[in-house]
Amino acid sequence: MRDEVRLVDKKPDGRATAAVFDRAAVRLGGKVVWRDVSFEVAGGEFVAILGPNGAGKSTLLKALLGIVPLTAGSVKVFGQPVRRGNDEVGYLPQRRRFDPDLRIRAIDLVRMGLDGGQWGVPLPSKSKQERVEEMVALVGATGYAQRPVGELSGGEQQRILIAQALVSGARMLMLDEPLESLDLNNQQAISNLIRGICQRQGVTVLLVAHDVNPILPFVDRVVYVAGGQVVCGKPADVIRTETLTRLYGAPVEVLTTSDGRLVVVGQHEPVSYHADH
Amino acid sequence: MPQQGPSWDLVADIQLLLQFHFMQNAFIAGTLVALLAGAAGYFVVLRGQSFAAHMLSQVGFPGAAAGVLLHVSPVLGLIVFCLAAALGIGWAGRDLDAGHRAESAAVGSILAFSLGLGLLFFRLYAGSAAGIYSFLFGTILGISDRDVQLTLVVAVLSFAALALIGRPLVFATVDPDVAEARGVNVQMLSIGFLVVLAFAVAITVQIVGTLLIFALLVAPGASALQLTARPGRALALSVALSLAFTWLGLALAYFTDLPVGFFITSLAFATYVLIRAAKGAALVRGGRLRFREPSFATPS
Repeated sequence: MRDEVRLVDKKPDGRATAAVFDRAAVRLGGKVVWRDVSFEVAGGEFVAILGPNGAGKSTLLKALLGIVPLTAGSVKVFGQPVRRGNDEVGYLPQRRRFDPDLRIRAIDLVRMGLDGGQWGVPLPSKSKQERVEEMVALVGATGYAQRPVGELSGGEQQRILIAQALVSGARMLMLDEPLESLDLNNQQAISNLIRGICQRQGVTVLLVAHDVNPILPFVDRVVYVAGGQVVCGKPADVIRTETLTRLYGAPVEVLTTSDGRLVVVGQHEPVSYHADH
Repeated sequence: MPQQGPSWDLVADIQLLLQFHFMQNAFIAGTLVALLAGAAGYFVVLRGQSFAAHMLSQVGFPGAAAGVLLHVSPVLGLIVFCLAAALGIGWAGRDLDAGHRAESAAVGSILAFSLGLGLLFFRLYAGSAAGIYSFLFGTILGISDRDVQLTLVVAVLSFAALALIGRPLVFATVDPDVAEARGVNVQMLSIGFLVVLAFAVAITVQIVGTLLIFALLVAPGASALQLTARPGRALALSVALSLAFTWLGLALAYFTDLPVGFFITSLAFATYVLIRAAKGAALVRGGRLRFREPSFATPS
């Protein structure tokens, strides 16, 4: 399913479009999460989905996966209506760590991304085995792929899960808070890995993030989810003190470093009854 | 009952073991049960559903009693009750092993009620304690030809079902969110496995009884998963251990005239303890014993 042409035109023209939301709306438990959402993601783009807790960022991914049904409008992935089990889409859900006592090898987990959903007894397959090993090598996990996944560190588990998400030949990778609960080094390493996959493999990346700074240098476009609305734009247009302060409903400052990078900083409110983070 | 003790001649011993019809039945039923319990046990341990297995076996107790009371096979009664309980759990859609406090109280009340119901049924039937005893601790040496046939049908069907759903079941167990996104029906698989588990429990109760069911349905899987994290090997090892416990237990019981349930549970327990001890020793020797990083688990 992987095509060799990886240089995708990043302008959102019809052919290279990876995902399209058209006046989409989702209601969960009688409450409108967001509505009238229209935007496009071009093939090969690195898109950050930002917004406050509970705004519906994860729901945006779940709508793309076909797990959460729309109440209005439409969502398409690579020109097709969304459906579960699409081999062209890889998914890393927001998760807690695997149970330390989970006794299954990391490489078995990667293999599940290939044929774990099929009925019947899995037969040994050389081509599938090679495909799995190729993906494990791509994310740099060869050294620990034979170990039980519960014994691996948070960063190692994320690499394994990225391999699992890509193994079926995914051209779009959806990651829900993949940097959560990683230390700074691992945040940087995983961010770099995802960017490399985006650039070298031409995989479209949609990444839900709480803390935008580790990925900000790579992001082509930003999708902001807040207050039932979704705003989409270039980082330089959206990552601005006024825009973020309005969207978060709390004081946020955007600073520019000496080498031109943007940094988002939450300000201390004069009177604060809860923790800042 | 046995006139001759075991010798060092294995062939003669086996001939001795199988000279009576009840022992032939015990070995056939025991082998079928061990195969199914060992295979289902791997999934029970991987899914952390030991408690569900235990609960099903207790709910099966009045079922067996009802079977006796109505002059049909007690195994049939077990199957009907276990199946109803499995569908009940599946329909409620709750994870019984997640440790919800309110639910454990509710489940505890249901279990006590079902044991009490079983007590009543046995009293209504004959008023004898022997029937109760055999269902609490196993009745392998009194298995009828009809029960052997029923066990065969149940074991073959359940084994086929496990072979069919095993792979997506492991996926749904280990990584339910991704499995769901990949098109796996996690909820249906969960119910499907509970149904297979109900059948496995129903026929395992014949061998080790309601109270000792862990020996065949949990211990082999737990031991196997300690030894290997490869799904195929762990499954095969679980089945092999379950078979070994059953065969050895039956032979030891025959030659010593002590209860089968005692030997099977002892073998299962000893194996598990030995493996844990050996693994602990290997960790210390290899210097791999280390503190786990704290995981910052947050409830979703």
